Amino acid sequence: MAKRIDQAQVRKVAKLSRLELSESEVEEFTGQLSAILDYVEKLNELDTDSIEPLAHCLPINNVFREDCVRESLGTEKTLANAPQRDGEFFKVPKILDDSSGA
Amino acid sequence: MEELSAKELRDKIVAGRISSVEATKAVFERIEKLEPTIGVYISTFEKHALAKAREVDEKIAGGESVGQLAGVPVAIKDVMCINFGATTCASKILENFRAPYNATVVEKLLLADAVIIGKTNMDEFAMGSSTENSGLKRTVNPWDTNRVPGGSSGGSAAAVAGWLCFAALGSDTGGSIRQPASFCSVVGLKPTYGRVSRFGLVAYGSSLDQIGPITHTVADTALMLNVIAGHDPADSTSVEEKTAPVGDFLERLDEPIEKLKIAIVPQFNAGADQQVQKALSEAIEVYKKLGAEIIEVEMPHLDYAIAAYYIIATAEASSNLARYDGVHYGHRTQNPGDYIEVYSKSRAEAFGKEVKRRIMLGTYVLSSGYYDAYYLKALKVRNLIRGDFTKAFEKCNCIVMPVSPTTAFKIGEKVDDPLKMYLSDIYTISANLAGIPGISIPCGFDDSELPIGLQILAPAFDEDKLLRIARMFEKETDWHKRRPAIEV
Repeated sequence: MAKRIDQAQVRKVAKLSRLELSESEVEEFTGQLSAILDYVEKLNELDTDSIEPLAHCLPINNVFREDCVRESLGTEKTLANAPQRDGEFFKVPKILDDSSGA
Repeated sequence: MEELSAKELRDKIVAGRISSVEATKAVFERIEKLEPTIGVYISTFEKHALAKAREVDEKIAGGESVGQLAGVPVAIKDVMCINFGATTCASKILENFRAPYNATVVEKLLLADAVIIGKTNMDEFAMGSSTENSGLKRTVNPWDTNRVPGGSSGGSAAAVAGWLCFAALGSDTGGSIRQPASFCSVVGLKPTYGRVSRFGLVAYGSSLDQIGPITHTVADTALMLNVIAGHDPADSTSVEEKTAPVGDFLERLDEPIEKLKIAIVPQFNAGADQQVQKALSEAIEVYKKLGAEIIEVEMPHLDYAIAAYYIIATAEASSNLARYDGVHYGHRTQNPGDYIEVYSKSRAEAFGKEVKRRIMLGTYVLSSGYYDAYYLKALKVRNLIRGDFTKAFEKCNCIVMPVSPTTAFKIGEKVDDPLKMYLSDIYTISANLAGIPGISIPCGFDDSELPIGLQILAPAFDEDKLLRIARMFEKETDWHKRRPAIEV
């Protein structure tokens, strides 16, 4: 039987998930995810055409509060766990390519 | 002291018969002795704990009023934020993360004068049923060190069972409090969704996650729930007092429920091992002797719970775990080629396999072209499952069933087959999908002396009755008094 998800799809999902997978992981996950997706097919035994989706068990309403200034963490605490920082900023690699003249 | 429940210890501390410092030191001596074998703690806070214990002792000596958990050494699962140590979620990605604030439950424990002694091991980001998915350490079952303690709150359950704390907090997204409680012969409660604030609980499946107690006795669970329950303005899904008043769950605990009606789902239970079914039948007999009426109900959609759950939970997880980006906190790869690699390499290097698998599955079921077929379908089935409970609860006070189809399995037995591991969650998952409370209490042992738990499920916000029903059983039986022979 054909696998429910193939290696190309697994690579695509990995890219969407921002996960760099090794070749052996791609192979392993293709088999395992296919088995799981085969299993969840059983949901199609149920006719749900007239059933509303239930995303959450509580009646979810917007919860409003007064828009007032409150104490916040502050710069030092916020940056304390940063893997790399530059003064008051989180440091990341260059996002724009210099060669494009941007 | 090891024979005392949390409530008994609290009473003795308040009466001045034991000091909190003594109790805390005794726990740390036991940790020193047993931790190398059982491996429950990712971190401990001896200095911090003793300072708090001294503070409580001084308050009592000075005649000041103290909180409900005065001086009691408790442990918390390492998925709840604290501002006085690490919060790792048993993941390499958060190995060095120190939260800048306390989770609401942690604030509440401290306000109740509990002594927080350490943070317990778990499946990475609470994804797993055996604690084997921890990226940081291995926890074994105190009843048989070749077996898993259950998961994902395996560290908390093993800590309570091994008396490495007097009570603990866990979190339950698909059974992660109840199943390890069952495997370790302790009491574990998943409260109603919205009963306990999730503020500061690191998110896995936000519509399913709930924090709850793991303790030696039903009374201890009631005591812990007294402390942690209630509305929190910082969690908009925590339910307001007017909808779900938080009373004193201890007040009427010993009052049996009159005209108790218990439902069973015979076909569904037939999937459990013979010895688990036998323990369940014997538990039902205990309730019959107490005058309960047993009725049979059909819940045709429970068989679909695992399939619905592993779509919904992973979808939510894929979104929740997008925050681990190697930029704001957590592990960051060395020398990334570009900014995309900051994400993709950092995450690849530091997430364990199960976490990757669930992020992948969740991303897939939410992706364009598959959303309706998987995610939307699962949400509709979730509604059917909740409907099964609503209908059943029109006829009964509670439903009883096994917690797990088997007793604790061997370490390594299921790690290579994720689907097999998922299938072991069959009895616990539907309570999370329906948002209702469920408890696991000790109800026997199999031929290998491995614990079996009884699961009781009740309507939303009916914890008061649920605990009283559990207490009725506990009063009649001695299972909760057995101790593992884990002396080294």
